[in-house]
Amino acid sequence: MGLTVGGTFAIEVERLSKTYEGKVTAVEDVSFRVSAGEVFGLLGPNGAGKTTILRVLITVLRPSGGSARVLGLDVVEQANEVRQAIGYVPQERAIDRFLTGREHLQLLASLYHIPKDKAAARIDEVLKLVNLEHKADEVARNYSGGMKRKLDIACGLIPDPRVLFMDEPTLGLDVESRLKIWEHIRQLKARGITVLLTTNYLDEADQLCDRIAIIDSGRVKAIGSPNELKSGLGGDIVTLTLASGDLDKVEALAQAVKGQTGVKAVSTKQNVLDIRVASPEAALPAILGAVTARGCRLEFVDYHRPRLDDVFLAHTGRRIKED
Amino acid sequence: MEQYLQEVGALTMRWVKRLSRERFSMLFTLAQPMVFWLIFFGNLFQRTANTEVTQAPSYIAFLAAGVVVMTILNNGLAGGTDLLFDKENGFLERMMSTPISRTSVIISRFLFVMTITSGQVLVILGVAYLYGVHPVTGFGGVAVIILIGLLFGVGLTAISMALAFSVKSHGDFFSMLSFLSLPMIFLSSALVPLSAMPGWMAVLAQLNPMTWAIDAVRPLILTGWAAALPKIGIVIIIMAVFDSVCLWGAARAFRRTLG
Repeated sequence: MGLTVGGTFAIEVERLSKTYEGKVTAVEDVSFRVSAGEVFGLLGPNGAGKTTILRVLITVLRPSGGSARVLGLDVVEQANEVRQAIGYVPQERAIDRFLTGREHLQLLASLYHIPKDKAAARIDEVLKLVNLEHKADEVARNYSGGMKRKLDIACGLIPDPRVLFMDEPTLGLDVESRLKIWEHIRQLKARGITVLLTTNYLDEADQLCDRIAIIDSGRVKAIGSPNELKSGLGGDIVTLTLASGDLDKVEALAQAVKGQTGVKAVSTKQNVLDIRVASPEAALPAILGAVTARGCRLEFVDYHRPRLDDVFLAHTGRRIKED
Repeated sequence: MEQYLQEVGALTMRWVKRLSRERFSMLFTLAQPMVFWLIFFGNLFQRTANTEVTQAPSYIAFLAAGVVVMTILNNGLAGGTDLLFDKENGFLERMMSTPISRTSVIISRFLFVMTITSGQVLVILGVAYLYGVHPVTGFGGVAVIILIGLLFGVGLTAISMALAFSVKSHGDFFSMLSFLSLPMIFLSSALVPLSAMPGWMAVLAQLNPMTWAIDAVRPLILTGWAAALPKIGIVIIIMAVFDSVCLWGAARAFRRTLG
């Protein structure tokens, strides 16, 4: 997969900021680049500013500062050219419940100025792509949540876009529908389409995205592939929870654990020790040895490889609340 | 230009399709509470209304012009409703992310509202006809009535769309509509002539563009071209000013929402 499109990135965001009504700062000093063919995720809680960034990129919102380019085109100066080249799948079920699926796609085809004869073929193609052919001529009020989402995606694909923007593509869907939508997104990637999506689902960011930017309070906190971000935390995580009667021993135990082989960092919170280890084989016996030596009673032990959850916590100081 | 027609055509057809799928809504839109105004209100006040005051053969004959313009008022003020829903469910944003001219959504809405309004004006005049109200200026007069309706409707629809784009919730939108609608009707010459109003109400009614529209429509129905022509001249000037003010005021809201 080539990294660049015509000598530029598929999406370039540079020091972007957006202030509403001169007061509320939704996005501040955000920069990132997305290569052609990537699935790139903006991960963050509700109100973090993800949707604001997306709305600037799809040219419906003017930035207050900084710049953004899609396929090398400036989203303000060359808004109409950007609109020709992108597809957009909004967050809400932006469906007219009185129209059929096919009528939605016919409307969109006209808005992209596709001639009628070519439109019919294109509509059949996208309906097939999202498996909605059998319901195409039913009014959308009879659609399930998952089917509406598929129609949303089909609408976004009508212009045969090189870059597709998706706002919370699986928000509120049941597990089965979510997996199907993921499958569709992977198919798009396989066709060489660059996808930028926002999500507040950790597993979605983890399993679907090539790279993610963690967004919190309108700022980018970290960028990288899920694996990079996880290994960037510096090793696996051992969590010890001491019995509540041993609260006074927590600090001493933390000091003792710090010196052990394979231990990289220790942090404490009440009766819990968070220990980062480089090699679990060496560190685990040593840690448990230290616990026994101090006569500490353990209530709970947990060992895991870093999850995106831990990455989010490490960069923002809090856990993401999913939806 | 060809692209522009394609967009506007597709968007306008969407409104038509929506309406045809909402059968109840269509019934209420076309059969309209306004017909009830004419039939119930007209007959109710038939004997109370003094024909010397109304200067009309019957109260229904007097009321017909008022109900025609009330229809234009209500359709215009409600004209932004579907865009309000489009704004709330993200459909508007989807349309705005496509390479369409920024004006085509608004133009499609004008076209649709104006067409529906013209149809309803004909329905009202048809019902009035059944009650013996035969416009003395004939088809030419009816055409001019529709033209006045279009002139008044443009400004009203612009207000409604601007309001739809500006309000925070759709509760606000509908309460503002009903807040506007009734005073506009009572403070106009729709139900009684200005001469029969309390002085202060007559003064307010003269500031109401609706009054001028009614005063031009009424002679087209009741008296004839000679009486109507000067009123038509005045209403064209007043509506040109009214529409300019509305469109100028609405343009800010359009630009903010549509970019």
